[in-house]
Amino acid sequence: MIRNVLAAALASGAALAVPALAQGADPNLGRNLAAACANCHGTNGVSLQGMPSLAGQPRTYLVQQMQDFKTGKRPATVMHQLAKGYSDEQIEALAAYFSAQKAR
Amino acid sequence: MNRLARREFLKTSGALAAASLLPGCAMEPTAPSRPIGRVIVIGGGFGGATAAKYLRMWSTGTIEVFLIERNAEFISCPTSNLVLGGTKTLADITRSYAKLREYGVQVLRDEATAINVEKKRVSLKRIEDLPYDRLIVSPAVDLMHEAIEGYDAEAQKTILHAWKAGPETVALRQQLEAMPDGGVCVIGVPRSPFRCPPGPYERACQIAYYLRKAKPRSKVIVLDANEDIVSKPALFKAAWNDLYKGTIEYRGNNEIKAVDARAKTVKTDFDTIKGDVLNVLPPMRAGDIARTAGLLTPNTRWCGVDWLSMESTVHKGIHVLGDATLSAPAMPKSGHMANNHGKLAAAAIIELMNGRQPNPQPVIANTCYSFVSDKEVIHVASVHRYDPAQKTLTVVPGASGVSSARSEIEGGYGWAWAQNIWADMLG
Repeated sequence: MIRNVLAAALASGAALAVPALAQGADPNLGRNLAAACANCHGTNGVSLQGMPSLAGQPRTYLVQQMQDFKTGKRPATVMHQLAKGYSDEQIEALAAYFSAQKAR
Repeated sequence: MNRLARREFLKTSGALAAASLLPGCAMEPTAPSRPIGRVIVIGGGFGGATAAKYLRMWSTGTIEVFLIERNAEFISCPTSNLVLGGTKTLADITRSYAKLREYGVQVLRDEATAINVEKKRVSLKRIEDLPYDRLIVSPAVDLMHEAIEGYDAEAQKTILHAWKAGPETVALRQQLEAMPDGGVCVIGVPRSPFRCPPGPYERACQIAYYLRKAKPRSKVIVLDANEDIVSKPALFKAAWNDLYKGTIEYRGNNEIKAVDARAKTVKTDFDTIKGDVLNVLPPMRAGDIARTAGLLTPNTRWCGVDWLSMESTVHKGIHVLGDATLSAPAMPKSGHMANNHGKLAAAAIIELMNGRQPNPQPVIANTCYSFVSDKEVIHVASVHRYDPAQKTLTVVPGASGVSSARSEIEGGYGWAWAQNIWADMLG
């Protein structure tokens, strides 16, 4: 039984290799999620104008802002709507990615 | 040509290259001598240009990328209505492809005329055909003038759509400038789905904004084939009522069936309406190259895709982006969405070319800003994630919405959005 489960997991190339990732098998989870923020906040979070740059911001700060947008604690024009699209794990992955990027 | 001929010899097998892949290795400014494969991108708009850049950036230069684009420069459709309103020029919304070359994208000013799916080759107008390992088709929309009686080549000289930003945008602006005070501008909106759902209504605002200032006795009549305003209806109606009362007249369920360029009239099932400026948007379908390559989903005007990879549901190895796709539920045909399609495809192609599976849980978002005046803007936004049960992207419950009201704050964000997304796609 256990052998079958293992075999199935291996065959599907699933999460075994990276058990730390709650969101499945994507080793580029943070990068891929963050790419959908780049339209407004700039490639890798380096914004040209208007929207704040996310690159190099402290991880805990980014998590807190997203959570505050989500709950409505921080008022916003659009971010309160977009933040609700992301789970806590995804917000962690986003924050980890952007905090590791170089601010310019 | 010499450079291209040399590139031809650089096409390589994927196998040796996968072994040489080092995570985190620096991106090379030009194509590496031993790429793991070649991707050709047809169309340098929001989808195609983004895919080309991100393929180079994320593959750290290990994938050779050609971008085929027929225009010399990128001219943005989003914000092009501001050119009609007169607060921006075409130069303000035009950007160069030059920076993509710094990422190692081979930008070719050319036009793809055919795709040989079996031989994996793209035929081009100006140079010899090119082979690919994977192909991205991002052809936007083409316009079905034939669906409207009388909208022939001759009529198209004076009845403009200006739904692809460029010379027609300027020509339409000139028609508005030449219109007498007290004149009528008719905007015809086709049945949904069409490119940029809020676009026609934003355009009505921008034209009305100009007319109010320059020729205040003039009118804009919006003839909409749809029952009601397709996007942000309450916000557009509020703007029309507060800012343009008496200038904009809206008629839903009024599909334009015929045009007469000489008489300057349009016909619906109910009326014949005369206008000094006729701006008729024909129904739309996926761009020509998608149709000739057989990428359309049967009985539709669009290309079905696997939303985990943007790979065509008809032809393996070909990925379709942007407006040309058979849209997922509640997904608009927007530049913002096309940009995210480009990244989704780039990530998936890199995995596939390295023998791995694409990200099983993609999440992308959309934000559309519409200028209802020179300074005030309204938005619609949504987050879309992959639903394995439905095998498509669906809107995350609760994660969508529109502006609480039009505002100058969002006016600033709207223009900044344009600057940032143009830089995100073009370097």
